[in-house]
Amino acid sequence: MSPTLQLGTTPLGWPGSYGDEAQPRMGFFTDTSVCIGCKACEIACKEWNQVPEDELRFSGESFDNTGELSANSWRHVAFIEQRIPSDGATATPPRTAEPPLPEELRWLMSSDVCKHCTHAACLDVCPTGAIFRTEFGTVVIQQDVCNGCGYCIPACPFGVISRRERDQLPAASNGISGLGTAHKCTLCYDRLKDGMEPACAKACPTDSIQFGELDELRERARGRLEVLQQQGAGEARLYGEDPHDGVGGFGAFFLLLDDPEVYGLPPDPVVPTRRLPEIWGAAVLAGAALAAGVVAAVAGGRR
Amino acid sequence: MSRGHNGAGPSGDAYRSYYGKPVVKEPVWEPMVPAYFFLGGTAGAAASLGLAARLTGNTALARAASYADVVAITASPPLLIADLGRPERFLNMLRMFKVTSPMSVGTWIVSASGVASGAAASLEILGRLPRARLAAEAAAGALGPFLATYTAALLADTSIPVWHEARRELPFVFAGSSAASAGGVCALLATPRAARPARRLAVAGAALELAAAAAMRRRLGFLAEPYTRGPTRTLTSTATVLTGAGGLAMLLAGHRRPGTVAAGAMLLAGSLTERFAIFRAGFASARDPRYTVISQRQRLGRQTAGATG
Repeated sequence: MSPTLQLGTTPLGWPGSYGDEAQPRMGFFTDTSVCIGCKACEIACKEWNQVPEDELRFSGESFDNTGELSANSWRHVAFIEQRIPSDGATATPPRTAEPPLPEELRWLMSSDVCKHCTHAACLDVCPTGAIFRTEFGTVVIQQDVCNGCGYCIPACPFGVISRRERDQLPAASNGISGLGTAHKCTLCYDRLKDGMEPACAKACPTDSIQFGELDELRERARGRLEVLQQQGAGEARLYGEDPHDGVGGFGAFFLLLDDPEVYGLPPDPVVPTRRLPEIWGAAVLAGAALAAGVVAAVAGGRR
Repeated sequence: MSRGHNGAGPSGDAYRSYYGKPVVKEPVWEPMVPAYFFLGGTAGAAASLGLAARLTGNTALARAASYADVVAITASPPLLIADLGRPERFLNMLRMFKVTSPMSVGTWIVSASGVASGAAASLEILGRLPRARLAAEAAAGALGPFLATYTAALLADTSIPVWHEARRELPFVFAGSSAASAGGVCALLATPRAARPARRLAVAGAALELAAAAAMRRRLGFLAEPYTRGPTRTLTSTATVLTGAGGLAMLLAGHRRPGTVAAGAMLLAGSLTERFAIFRAGFASARDPRYTVISQRQRLGRQTAGATG
């Protein structure tokens, strides 16, 4: 076995470091089985958090013109069109050797968001301390501290974060704040502080986005999964609800109707810092090898 | 992949994706970063070589190494600061020390190395306070090897498959590359007689760089594909040829000046190119979801097999 860090099922230092100010861990349960793709979450998020507009464009990828989570999109609704047999029992395409079943279109929609990981790579690698764990157990970037080093961007196993750059914004946009720093969902930290639910959850007309205490959401999600499976949706599965997964469970987890990668999500996300003993071990060993090489080079006699 | 939600992996195994879009984000880092990897590595290995030369009474080599070190380490912070999205906030790096962030650890290593190397070179030029100079050289020389290898840890501690999965070999590539470039530049600067240890270090470094890079790509398996495609392929083969030829030339050059100059130049160019190849491969590895999805599916497959079998 290669050395890995044994990480617990709660965030490091939380809630302990908050003492009396600690709050229950809050999160999202995004039940994609009832998402209708209205994008109210995307808009509500932009409105509340003053996230600038992206350049308008047609992607040709179903109804998705947002494309991905980024500094300027903290919610992203994915649209997947699948041809499935009309018996609806399975999402697997019909095999060509068999007489073709009549097909129908299955539309998967899912509102993606920052996962607020129990073990968050972005937070671990942030060298300035701009990224921190709030009293709600969520992960937030302090805009007045971030210096835009960009380390969190490739560290995130989900590709959630990016840096807000001038050249990605429409030419006409003026007075945009937060240029040059990293941005992502804050789980509406400011609203939470005032006892309100995040803007996206508030705006969601079908309760596909549910906000609440994480423990309660996990229970609710397991109940929902059971109902769906009894109704014959055998492909339904929870994603990120398991506190024993590679990131210690998500603070914002999902109910999906197909493999995660179909939605653009990693099938087995692991926080890279879990391998820190191996990473630092190899760096120290290689450094020692270099030092030994130097010693050998000067000690090697006059050959 | 226009509407393709499905693609084929290396051995034809299918994988699925969302319109072929990346799962992880590619970095926003610019070429200043691999240029720094090269300079920082060269500075670190040169500082160690300089200290070793000083302790064995090879003053000429110690002086050459000290100058190479101070030039490289002085050029480093401007590159790193220029790469920030908000350069005026660079001091925020010194708000804390985090072992979970190789960039944080590295910031302190670079800062301390810069101070030590600057002091050592200044005192060398002034010819004053030999004990203080030795103390500064000792500090720079002790930090040097880690200045050379922490940058590999920085890349490995990300979700970029070609970097993260190379975590065991990458620091050795960087150590070898740093030894090759530092040995190369010191061999250029010092007199042929004094430079013998530098030539040895350069040859050994080149050998380590090539061997570790080969081992890294072998372990990566299909994840190493970005090294064999597009512009990265050219960078990779250029680095291999320059480092190989430079190491060989250095081995054969002996005291002959023209040979040493050519060898040193090739090693420096090879080391710089190697950093760019590794840097670029990371971007390609992030851009194509196949690397993320297939490697994670394979891992899940192994776990399932391990659980049932």
